[in-house]
Amino acid sequence: MSVDTATVAKIASLARIKVSEPELEAMVPELNGILAWVEQLGEVDVSGVEPMTAVIPNTLRLRDDVIDADPLTGGDKRDAVLANAPAAEHGFFGVPKVIE
Amino acid sequence: MSTYRIQGATGDWEVVIGLEIHAQVTSNSKLFSSSATAFGAEPNTQVSLIDAAMPGMLPVPNRECIRQAVRTGMAIDAQINKWSRFDRKNYFYADLPQGYQISQLYHPLVGEGSITIEADEKAGIPEDKVIGIERIHVEQDAGKLMHDQHPTMSYVDLNRSGVALMEIVSRPDMRSPAEAGAYVSKLRTILRYVGSCDGNMDQGSMRCDVNVSVRKPGEEFGTRTETKNVNSVRFVMQTIEHEANRQVDVLEGGGKIVQETRLFDPNTGTTRSMRSKEDAHDYRYFPDPDLLPLVLDDAFLEECRASLPELPDAKRARYVGDLGLSAYNAAVLTADVDTAGWFEALLSEAASAQGKAPAEVAKQAANWLISEFFGALNKLGRSLDDSPVSHEQAAELLALVGKGTISGSIAKQVLEIMLETGDSAGAIVEREGLKQESDTGAIEAKVDEILAANADKVSQYKDGKVALFGFFVGQTMKAMQGKANPQVVNEILKAKLG
Amino acid sequence: MSDITDLGVAALRDGVAAGQFSAVEVAEAFNANVAAAQDALNAFIVVTPEKAVEAARAVDAKRAAGEALGAMAGVPIGMKDLFATFGVQTTAASHMLEGFVPQYESTVSQKLWDAGAGMLGKLNLDQFAMGSSNETSHFGNVISPWRRPDGKAQLTPGGSSGGSSAAIAARLAPAATGTDTGGSIRQPAAFTGTTGIKPTYGRCSRWGVVAFASSLDQPGSMGRDVTDCAIMLEAMAGFDPKDSTSLDLPVPAWTASLSADMKGKKVGIPREYRADGMPAEIDAVWEQGIAWLKDAGAEVVEVSLPHTKYALPTYYIIAPAEASSNLARYDGVRYGLRDLPDGAGLQDMYAATRAAGFGPEVKRRILIGTYVLSAGFYDAYYTQAQKVRTLISQDFARAFEQVDVLLTPTAPSAAFALGENVDDPLAMYLNDVFTVPASLAGLPAMSVPAGLDAQGLPLGLQIIGRPLDEQGVLNAGLAIESRAGFTAKPGKWW
Repeated sequence: MSVDTATVAKIASLARIKVSEPELEAMVPELNGILAWVEQLGEVDVSGVEPMTAVIPNTLRLRDDVIDADPLTGGDKRDAVLANAPAAEHGFFGVPKVIE
Repeated sequence: MSTYRIQGATGDWEVVIGLEIHAQVTSNSKLFSSSATAFGAEPNTQVSLIDAAMPGMLPVPNRECIRQAVRTGMAIDAQINKWSRFDRKNYFYADLPQGYQISQLYHPLVGEGSITIEADEKAGIPEDKVIGIERIHVEQDAGKLMHDQHPTMSYVDLNRSGVALMEIVSRPDMRSPAEAGAYVSKLRTILRYVGSCDGNMDQGSMRCDVNVSVRKPGEEFGTRTETKNVNSVRFVMQTIEHEANRQVDVLEGGGKIVQETRLFDPNTGTTRSMRSKEDAHDYRYFPDPDLLPLVLDDAFLEECRASLPELPDAKRARYVGDLGLSAYNAAVLTADVDTAGWFEALLSEAASAQGKAPAEVAKQAANWLISEFFGALNKLGRSLDDSPVSHEQAAELLALVGKGTISGSIAKQVLEIMLETGDSAGAIVEREGLKQESDTGAIEAKVDEILAANADKVSQYKDGKVALFGFFVGQTMKAMQGKANPQVVNEILKAKLG
Repeated sequence: MSDITDLGVAALRDGVAAGQFSAVEVAEAFNANVAAAQDALNAFIVVTPEKAVEAARAVDAKRAAGEALGAMAGVPIGMKDLFATFGVQTTAASHMLEGFVPQYESTVSQKLWDAGAGMLGKLNLDQFAMGSSNETSHFGNVISPWRRPDGKAQLTPGGSSGGSSAAIAARLAPAATGTDTGGSIRQPAAFTGTTGIKPTYGRCSRWGVVAFASSLDQPGSMGRDVTDCAIMLEAMAGFDPKDSTSLDLPVPAWTASLSADMKGKKVGIPREYRADGMPAEIDAVWEQGIAWLKDAGAEVVEVSLPHTKYALPTYYIIAPAEASSNLARYDGVRYGLRDLPDGAGLQDMYAATRAAGFGPEVKRRILIGTYVLSAGFYDAYYTQAQKVRTLISQDFARAFEQVDVLLTPTAPSAAFALGENVDDPLAMYLNDVFTVPASLAGLPAMSVPAGLDAQGLPLGLQIIGRPLDEQGVLNAGLAIESRAGFTAKPGKWW
């Protein structure tokens, strides 16, 4: 599978990364080089093989339903949550106005 | 078979409806963090570093959320998947801090199930209908955007971010707004019975994504639109009506339906295309590498099953079969878990107060609750939740009637006083001297007086105008200030009038 | 006594405990080395001499009070700038997180402070740990303290934990944290004549570590020798209920159980690692390693890992896919850079912020990852890669039925010059050819220095162990270390 400028532009838009036209042009051969290389995986016979789910056999632990059980994973810390915000007002994060 | 049709210029159109319902799981803390879930907190106070997607933060799932989703699945007779996984749904939006929602696409927790909506002739549902449920999966809720606080900015509140939702996906099995409404109501009933969701649609605890398409009967499914976040049964029905009619207009006008996301406007009852979702989505789902497969053991499933309450369909059948209630009363009393709970508490108190089996007092209790008490509460603008009369107090009132201490009509008076004062029925009857008179002597004396005063009517009665019997009963009761035992009055009158 | 900064973790800790020198003296000595080398080597993004001294004071006070001292007491370390540190800027070497000051401490760094370690500063790395040469940092390249005899070219300290490896090699820190996704601890260790171990996936908590590829990322320890790495790893490892992938197992007493005796042990030599065109010097050092392990009593046998050649392409699907999603949170809303062009809407802000905040290699990987997950390609790329990953893991499982550990070179070459590979991403990726397979299988693996090449640059050997068998890895490492007698260090030119 090889990508063209239009595809790369679409991927960049999906990934929300603005790219200029020259950047786009430069990326196409780079990405095609990498994609062509990873596509050698297609030659591996994987019939009957399950995709990896956990590298070390392990299943999901479930935690107890306790509010703020660990302060590190709990709420009630608005100042900490907003401390690094580029725009915080009245306890909210501010973003450019969104029209839904 | 639903006969609901949109009458278009080119003939009748059938509507095909599928619903995706997001139900907030009842839990103290969020799905993947331990911050609180309570409704109405100050902005961003119920937000953990995890919910705000700080660098390096990781999710750890809440057992209770999984348990509630499993119990819900069991309540709709669904397949429970002992092996499931969380996937990431990737997209960018200001209410989605991680840039992805942790959801379940490939291996949901709950598989195929169904619920039955009941026949409702008036609503155009001629017979009971089974609506298929494709799956229930567990996922994170997003935060909330507010657009009105600032001229050029929207504000983000992440309190809801990470709250657990069950997404309950129906099959496209509904064919009319009424069926969809009944489905939402029934699902809400079940969720509230199970206790997995409080069903508060006005607080957003249940939101519906409404998928609507139209087709000529017998043809293939048409292209559907999805109207997001509709938050009441009525709005769901309005959405369908409007959307179906709009689609018919478009198709008959030679246009095509665009598969798109739409928004319902409750003020106008119409839907419109959603600008912010215009971007054709490619969610790039893949298994969340921060989480391992969720494997449930038999003990967990057993606990889930054992903790399920009697469900609405079973309860309704029992009310009719074992308690002898009418189908209507049984339906009314089982429609909400709180009503059924209140009724059963009343029933048990009333039975023991009267020394009878519950089945013997069930009709009395059901009739009183539905025809007397609901109306009285309604007048006060109250519900069973905040009823000033407890079920113990109500049982005492019913026992007074059951034992013949007061008549049904006096009971109405007593209830009014109870609602006003909060006093017990017994105390009111005592204080107001409302005890029913069963003393044959006193009643006989009054009957004699009345018969004497109405000699003309007595002779008319004897000439065959038997309908006058009611007049004599009424007069006697009036003379006795309503306190005479109606049965005794009847007997004496019958004897005297021959 | 010579210079304090010539001592490693064990010697410093024991020296402080014995009162040979105070923890504050140690901290100040290393602080001085850090300050002196910063302009030349650029190993740190932020230096925190006051933190090092503060922790040292606490240790000295504890010792004075006769209290028990932790396993890392009095040892100042470098912290890779991928670990969130409370109140200290944490950037992942990106412009995106420049100025970001976490209000939380990563589990691993907290454990180290609890064990008595102090922080010299936040170490430079490849941006978001994506790179093998430390040339993708927004804060500039890290320069290896090693040089070729002509001294002309600046060499790479490896990556992504290049600040860590450079700092240890240049005696700016006795030890440092690293993280390893596809070789980011082992390859820099090999390039700088230092030692580093990546434990079994799940041994060390990832909580508070800026994520690159969640199913591969694993913190580990880097130091001057095997014993130091064992001591530090013991302090870092352990179950963390905040990380769903953390292993709920006790931490073995690795240090106490260290043994260079390989009698009765079988060492596997994976046939497929004998890559075509492998430099003779790499081959030679590998042969030397085999001889050392035989000398230590081990039986050496050839094994086969048939899917080895697919490991790198598998990695370059899975890691970018996970990264494309993990890095979606950098959107300019809650923290970090925000680029809001005039009149821009929300989505424009995202695109502008991410264009300005991510470097070229990060963007490249995000785009690859986005592409391989996108509609229509998911199964062909991602699902296929996860299946091949299963096969790679099964290859190892089969090999470990026959042998206890595997021995391979760590990297296909010695350190290369900065700029040499930057224009060819694929050539750069090939650096991780020997380290990536163990990462894909979540296995413990370490690099130990084995010798110098003809240019006088260090070469490393890699030991890969069974899941959870860090002990076997450390012991084999010790067997090599005690025979290699590697004492070379870069001449001080900065």
